[in-house]
Amino acid sequence: MLEQRLYRHIDWPLLLALLILCLIGLTMIYSTTYDPAEGGVSSLVFTQVCALLIGVLGLSAVIWVDYRWVADSVPAIFVGLVAAVGYALWFGTSGGGANRWINLGIFNLQPSEFARMVVALALAALFAQRQRGPQTVMGWLWAGLIIGLPFMLIAQQPDLGTAVTLLPVAFAILVFAGLPLRYVSILVAVGIMITPVAWTYGLEDYQRQRIASFLNPEQDAQGAGYQQIQARITVGSGGALGKGFLEGTQSRYNFLPVAHNDFIFSVLAEELGFLGVVVTLGLYLFVILRGLDAARLAKDRLGRYLVVGIMAGFSFQVIYNVAMSAGLAPVKGLTLPLLSYGGSSAIATLVAFGLVLNVRMRRFTN
Amino acid sequence: MRKLSNIDTSSDSGGKRGRSVLALTVLRSTVVLAFMALVVAFWLLQVAQHDKYLQLAENNHQRTVALSAPRGTVFDRDGRVLVQNRSSLNILIAREQVDDLDTTLRQLAEVAGVPLSGLQSIVERHRLAPTYRPLVLIQDASLAQVAAVSARSVELPGLFVQELPIRFYPGSEVAAHLFGYVGEVSDDQLGLPEFDGLRSGVVVGKAGIERAYNRLLMGEDGTRRVVVDSIGREIATIGERSPMEGRQIKLTLDYDLQQAAEAAFQTAGFNGAAVVLDPLSGEILTLVSRPGYDPNLFALGIDGDAWNELNRDRHRPLDNRAIRGRYSPGSTFKIVMAIAALEEGVVTPEFRVPCHGGGTFYGRYYRCHATHGTVDIREALEQSCNTYFYSLGEKLKIDQIHKWATALGLGGFTGVDLPYEVESLIPSIAWKREQLGEPWYPGETISVAIGQGPVSVTPISLAVMMAAVANGGTRVTPYLLEAINEGEGFLPVPRPVPKSRVELNPVTLETVTEGLWYVVNRAGTGRRGLVVGRDVIGKTGTAQVISLQGRLAAGNTSRDLRDHGWFLFAAPAGKPELAGVVFGEHNEHGYLSAPIAKHIMETYFAKQDGRPLPVPGLSGERSSNRLFETAN
Repeated sequence: MLEQRLYRHIDWPLLLALLILCLIGLTMIYSTTYDPAEGGVSSLVFTQVCALLIGVLGLSAVIWVDYRWVADSVPAIFVGLVAAVGYALWFGTSGGGANRWINLGIFNLQPSEFARMVVALALAALFAQRQRGPQTVMGWLWAGLIIGLPFMLIAQQPDLGTAVTLLPVAFAILVFAGLPLRYVSILVAVGIMITPVAWTYGLEDYQRQRIASFLNPEQDAQGAGYQQIQARITVGSGGALGKGFLEGTQSRYNFLPVAHNDFIFSVLAEELGFLGVVVTLGLYLFVILRGLDAARLAKDRLGRYLVVGIMAGFSFQVIYNVAMSAGLAPVKGLTLPLLSYGGSSAIATLVAFGLVLNVRMRRFTN
Repeated sequence: MRKLSNIDTSSDSGGKRGRSVLALTVLRSTVVLAFMALVVAFWLLQVAQHDKYLQLAENNHQRTVALSAPRGTVFDRDGRVLVQNRSSLNILIAREQVDDLDTTLRQLAEVAGVPLSGLQSIVERHRLAPTYRPLVLIQDASLAQVAAVSARSVELPGLFVQELPIRFYPGSEVAAHLFGYVGEVSDDQLGLPEFDGLRSGVVVGKAGIERAYNRLLMGEDGTRRVVVDSIGREIATIGERSPMEGRQIKLTLDYDLQQAAEAAFQTAGFNGAAVVLDPLSGEILTLVSRPGYDPNLFALGIDGDAWNELNRDRHRPLDNRAIRGRYSPGSTFKIVMAIAALEEGVVTPEFRVPCHGGGTFYGRYYRCHATHGTVDIREALEQSCNTYFYSLGEKLKIDQIHKWATALGLGGFTGVDLPYEVESLIPSIAWKREQLGEPWYPGETISVAIGQGPVSVTPISLAVMMAAVANGGTRVTPYLLEAINEGEGFLPVPRPVPKSRVELNPVTLETVTEGLWYVVNRAGTGRRGLVVGRDVIGKTGTAQVISLQGRLAAGNTSRDLRDHGWFLFAAPAGKPELAGVVFGEHNEHGYLSAPIAKHIMETYFAKQDGRPLPVPGLSGERSSNRLFETAN
């Protein structure tokens, strides 16, 4: 039962900030999908509203139960995730050359969006047990399985962008759980060393091309560098105060593809300007710092690891997407959590924040 | 509450706690630093480099489409339309709307009756152009073709008709050189001040009035600012500025006289030029250069073959002989000699010279074309006696001749408001020193006295000279632009100031006028220019194309070596209304040019009196009996 005391400890400012970001997202989705010829509100906006409502319901549901109970069910949850991701890979609906979605009738579910949260939960639960620390062999084995299985499946879809977002989640939890510093340096060194190998063998041609064109977009202005150049034009043309709501030309006339999705922040920068960028980034920073606060306040390691994992994944995704939206990072199919169009992303993000709120509000309970 | 069995929920030990705090601090700092970096990056893009990216964004989605303005209509002095616009219909194809291009082209070729290969080659030429950009398949389509295509708009999607204003010259070749023609401005021309600020590809006047008053005539193209999407398709119009039609202008030209002059050339059967002025004002009533060309050929953009043909033509139809042809004036220069001699006081009107078919000057014998007996200045003009004028050449210095020739209109530019005028040349001591670094030898003046030697004039400058003789010494500036309609009716433009004005002694005027009257009205060389009751004065002349020796040396070349014939005229003497020149190219004799002048004058007077205009060829030949009309 949600006691009066618990209710009081809900992090209302964080919740409010999340809500504002969701509203900004809805506004920008409305703008990017607005067709002046037809007028009215695009059906995508309604879909997103539905997803957000589901997300808020999920968030509320997650708040109700103690996160430790949730952690108890982690084996089942993890198996469920792997099954869903695997199902999407082999039987799912394809889009843009990748099998990411499971058709649920009303909308397509993208199970990989839930992977970060589940991996965070599983790793937190693993390392919260004293005997399974990251110093132990068993700990390593379990951790490898927890990270590796969903990573491989998602990368196979192929959706390397989403798969890669698992790494900051795992890395943050490992560090917090006491991974010795020399291991940290070894991990970083190995990471640097396998880059050329991964470049040659691990990446598809289109992925290599994206990265190459990032380094020199003008060389391939009509091809892979196009999105990046257009992203910069979109952002730069916004100016200090923006072109005004619904006045952005870059997405309206299709110069910037998938504007309502991966490049929603570019459109925000175009229409609301530097001012809008600063306000939105401020909200995100508030959400991240406030979320990390829950890790500081968490009464146990499970809570702390869980929050750290979730917030690390969230931060990575926000920073990467915002950088990409200004043409400052290679184009990857990564959404901007809370702003981008996408039901699975919205639901997964809100549910994950449900866990963060959960940890914070139960900091005094036993 | 259920016991959370397998998870250790106890608080951390002190050491672990410290590590967590440190890691948390590192994580927070990393995030904050990353966000700061992002803010800086966005500041650089959005504030520091905003202008650059705004420009790029606008170039992305906005295009300016030009809407061509119709050029201004040109009228003659009576308000008749000389040059106007017609609407031309083009049939275009938007390839992106066509599923089967080959079939569409084949059907179009069939219904429009044009060769399929032509259509295919147009499409092939623009194969790489974006498919949303329409291609002109049939330029200036006939109404039947347009109807055929419109009727099949369902079977032939992607074909459409576009209307464009095109310059139209209803008279075809009539006054072609005067009107000039239009065409797309060339890259070289864009550098000229008169075409400053125009965009490439715009249609401008290239010659004649079209060129001289291009700025007035071309009006202002409108623009339509459109929004295009990422593949270049037009989405919406942001703003439109309607094209402004060019100004209407009224010329001093009298189209009746122009037509009469051209018809008379046609009847006479030779090429040449004619200029008729109002001798008091300098208004150009007629300006002919033959052979002509059809300026309509240029209106749609002349094709390479037609252009080459015009340029290669031996008769140089594009050349405006009236202002660009330079010939020796021959005996017409004797008018200048007579005035110079009388004004300088080297002879009196009563001074007489015996002509025995020639005379010796500076130790050399110069021939006359006949034996005239003892003649005074009037008879000398009438008979065009060389011997008399050789004597004047002996008495006058070259610089005195230069001075009077210039004062009367020869030498330098006339200043006519047409482009590419060529300067007339009258020699002087200074000129020869400059050109050849040699002194002037008095013997050379003898040739100059009969308009030979280094004397070289344009037909229009002779017309100005004749006008000056008729009006008593004013060197008028010939001009064509009479009035401009800026939208509130025609307002006259200020008349150009005369180049110079000298007070000719009445005795001089009277004497020379009498001599020139004899030329036409007595037994002179210009009797074929006679118009009964109109007191026509005139003078014939022959411009040698090549000297007698040269002719022998040249032998049988393909070049036409026959002489040119001049006829200068003005009427009525004393109160002149017309003054002009007829230049007959290779027609050998000045008196053969006179009938053209006569026809022009008869047309003028008939029109003035409200009589029916004469028909060329019916009046001229009959009235003149063949006398000893051998000028020079």
